[in-house]
Amino acid sequence: MKSIVLQTATRTFVALLLMFSIYMLLRGHNQPGGGFIAGLVAATAFTLLAMAWGVKAARQALRISPEGLAAAGLLIAGIASVIAGLFGDAPFTGQWLFLGGSETEKGLPVSSILLFDVGIYLSVLGAVLTLVFALEEND
Amino acid sequence: MDRPHSDAAGAGRFLGLVFPLLPAIPLLFLITQWGSVAEGNVKSVSFPWVPSLGIEFSFFLDGLNLLFALLISLIGVFVAIYAGAYLRGHPMLRRFFLYLALFMVGMLGLVLAADLITLFIFWELTTISSYLLIGFNHDKASARRCALQALLLTTMGGLCLLAGLILLGYTAGTFDLQEILARGDYVRGHSLYPAILVLILLGAFTKSAQFPFHFWLPNAMAAPTPVSAYLHSATMVKAGIYLMARLHPVLGTTPLWEWTLTIVGAITATLAAILAVRQTDLKLKLAYTTVVALGTITMFFGSDDSVAIAAAITFILVHSFYKASLFMVVGIIDHQTGTRELDRLGGLGKLMPVTWFCAGAAAISMAGFPPFLGFIGKELKYEGALAIATEPTLVAGAAIFANILMVTVAGTLALKPFIGRQRPKSDDIREAHWSLWIGPLVLSTLGLTFGLFTPLIAEGLVQPAVVTLLGEPKIVKLKLWHGVNVPLIMSILTFGLGVCAYLYQRPLRAFLAFLLSFFPTTADRIWDALLEGLKRLADVQTRWLQHGILRRYLRVIFLAATAALLLALIRQDNLSLSVAIPALNVKEWTAMLLVAAGAVMASSVSAPLAAVCALGALGVGVALLYLFFGAPDVAITQLLVETLFLVLIAATLHRLPLSYGRHATRFRRLDALIAIAAGVVVTITILAVIEQPFSSPSSDYFVANSMPEAFGRNIVNVILVDFRALDTFGEVVVVFTAALSAATLVGYTLRGRRR
Repeated sequence: MKSIVLQTATRTFVALLLMFSIYMLLRGHNQPGGGFIAGLVAATAFTLLAMAWGVKAARQALRISPEGLAAAGLLIAGIASVIAGLFGDAPFTGQWLFLGGSETEKGLPVSSILLFDVGIYLSVLGAVLTLVFALEEND
Repeated sequence: MDRPHSDAAGAGRFLGLVFPLLPAIPLLFLITQWGSVAEGNVKSVSFPWVPSLGIEFSFFLDGLNLLFALLISLIGVFVAIYAGAYLRGHPMLRRFFLYLALFMVGMLGLVLAADLITLFIFWELTTISSYLLIGFNHDKASARRCALQALLLTTMGGLCLLAGLILLGYTAGTFDLQEILARGDYVRGHSLYPAILVLILLGAFTKSAQFPFHFWLPNAMAAPTPVSAYLHSATMVKAGIYLMARLHPVLGTTPLWEWTLTIVGAITATLAAILAVRQTDLKLKLAYTTVVALGTITMFFGSDDSVAIAAAITFILVHSFYKASLFMVVGIIDHQTGTRELDRLGGLGKLMPVTWFCAGAAAISMAGFPPFLGFIGKELKYEGALAIATEPTLVAGAAIFANILMVTVAGTLALKPFIGRQRPKSDDIREAHWSLWIGPLVLSTLGLTFGLFTPLIAEGLVQPAVVTLLGEPKIVKLKLWHGVNVPLIMSILTFGLGVCAYLYQRPLRAFLAFLLSFFPTTADRIWDALLEGLKRLADVQTRWLQHGILRRYLRVIFLAATAALLLALIRQDNLSLSVAIPALNVKEWTAMLLVAAGAVMASSVSAPLAAVCALGALGVGVALLYLFFGAPDVAITQLLVETLFLVLIAATLHRLPLSYGRHATRFRRLDALIAIAAGVVVTITILAVIEQPFSSPSSDYFVANSMPEAFGRNIVNVILVDFRALDTFGEVVVVFTAALSAATLVGYTLRGRRR
């Protein structure tokens, strides 16, 4: 499907959607969002790209294969889940670190939960794109 | 084969030297324990395994399993030496030793287990490793078939056994074998007793090749001879025998037990004796005599008379020695001459004197000539047969008949290949390497020594086993000379008729063939027909259930779900629904309208693409409702999923026809009806559910702990990535797997179509 309007709009939309997806991923712990939703948003971005510019262009933009991306996501989520073991907790227990925290300031929270969410994000993105690309490619 | 495998062969030779040490370890251990156990002490060791179910990984050693364990490890040592020589240079020798070691561990664990579940695990280990051993020559289709037959049959029995053991453990209230042995009266009086007995006996009968499951054993001769020598003398087929002996105090002494074992054992022994005489292949002949022995032992275990039990125990001992020797002798003949067909062999005695000696000694033990152990065993058998309460005539008759034919078979094995004109004519035939004949030589000589030193055997092995089995002190006397009595007369009769049968072998074989021709079919063929029928059934029901038509699958799913919900609603006693028009504002009503309009349109438009768009509108409406009623996360997910769904459908839809086709109206009307029914039932269910008082300990927990425990204000996401992170991880794995398989399928079918 070649459409100048769609192609032009896509350039902007894809960038916006990808930024939005990162935003959704990071804010997920306190506000609507999270790895799953963010992964779906990012998947719509690449799906749009694939529809407007073709699957080849979308694959090039993704740089690595969607299957690999999903597998990497699973690996990251797996690593995040066993980090708890290093601190003597059961797997999947969240580990938190507050950088620069003091009596009054909470500091910058860093957690294994975020890493887990990133893993979910990547694997949802990769899994959806695996299917979308397979279907679109065989047109 | 010119494949270079010198490395493997070198390692194999080394293994051939070292491997016999493996069964020697338990053998030495058992010998150190022998004295103490023979005096009636019981050793046990236990590790906790599944404490919540009362299952332990535990073992014990008493008079009964000492006998079996000694046989397994002693014969194991000689079979290991023999196998190393027999399969010298075989490219897969290392694999063979691995299977053999697995099997030995399985057998030892099985006889020493003190816990029903532990016993079963080792039982199955022997099944699996015997499958690998029987099918060792896996490049032959017949070997694969026979291995699979043995596996299927013994696994079927194994499943029955598992059910029986669980019922037994449940009835007795414990899986501890020693405790169960003390609760025999209670178990026998329980209403589940017949079920337990039948299930456990099915397991024992399939494993020990009792009629009508006898046919797998001769087929298992597809295995290399060292395997047959081990599996069919002291081990695999004795597992069922061991089980019957072990559980005799718990399940025995009822009429059901006595009659089943006596009749099945008698049929097995008689039928197999006839089949053994008919065979001309030496190895198959031996295989059938093994079935005879197993039938005889089973028959004797039907009784609770101490002489009958002592006869069975002694016979187990005798049989293990001579049968292992004879199998190895047949293997040597096969190895040195290249055939084991009776008619093609003769005059080997001068060329292979040691082998002849081994064959002769073992065959004499088998025929039951004095002064060998076999004679004592046979005398005891006749005495025991006469003492059996249920049906002495039947048992004695079957025993005599089987023994006459055994004398014939023994004569054939010991004389036919070794005397007369030399056949096959070849200058290359010579005596085998010492590592081949050392096993049969030692084992058959041991048989002789035992016969001369009977008190040693009687007090050291047989008596402890009989005492353990019957649970009461009984003196067992094994004597060479009992004086002139009925068993002696029966013995003389046996010899006389046996020798006659040997001399008139050809007419006898013809007569037996004539007799057998009255049987319309063999058990082997029935088995094949059963398997074929099973495959056909699977074929038919798969075609019927898995038709591959998506619409029918969906109908079944929705109808089943609706019916289940409807059933639950009907069974509800006080179903009260309060239906009121909710007070909604304009935007909420608009979303509701969107949903309703989408549904109506999806089921009425004539083009699939339009229906998909209508479904999309419906989905957006649902997402709006989520948003209005305070579930933004769910709303966002719904919207995104709807979007992606539309894209995916659009990508597939253009390969399908643009309209529904001629029959569309009929099936779509039915689909609409199903949809309405499902919707109505689900709505009523939800209304009924919200009538119930709402209890939410888990939601309360999440609300209370989301911030303090997991530092997150978005409870939905905290649940996803923290409280229920394992679920999420599992779901993502599922999503990935599903996407990967769907993508593979899409690529596969399209490539296939292009071709």
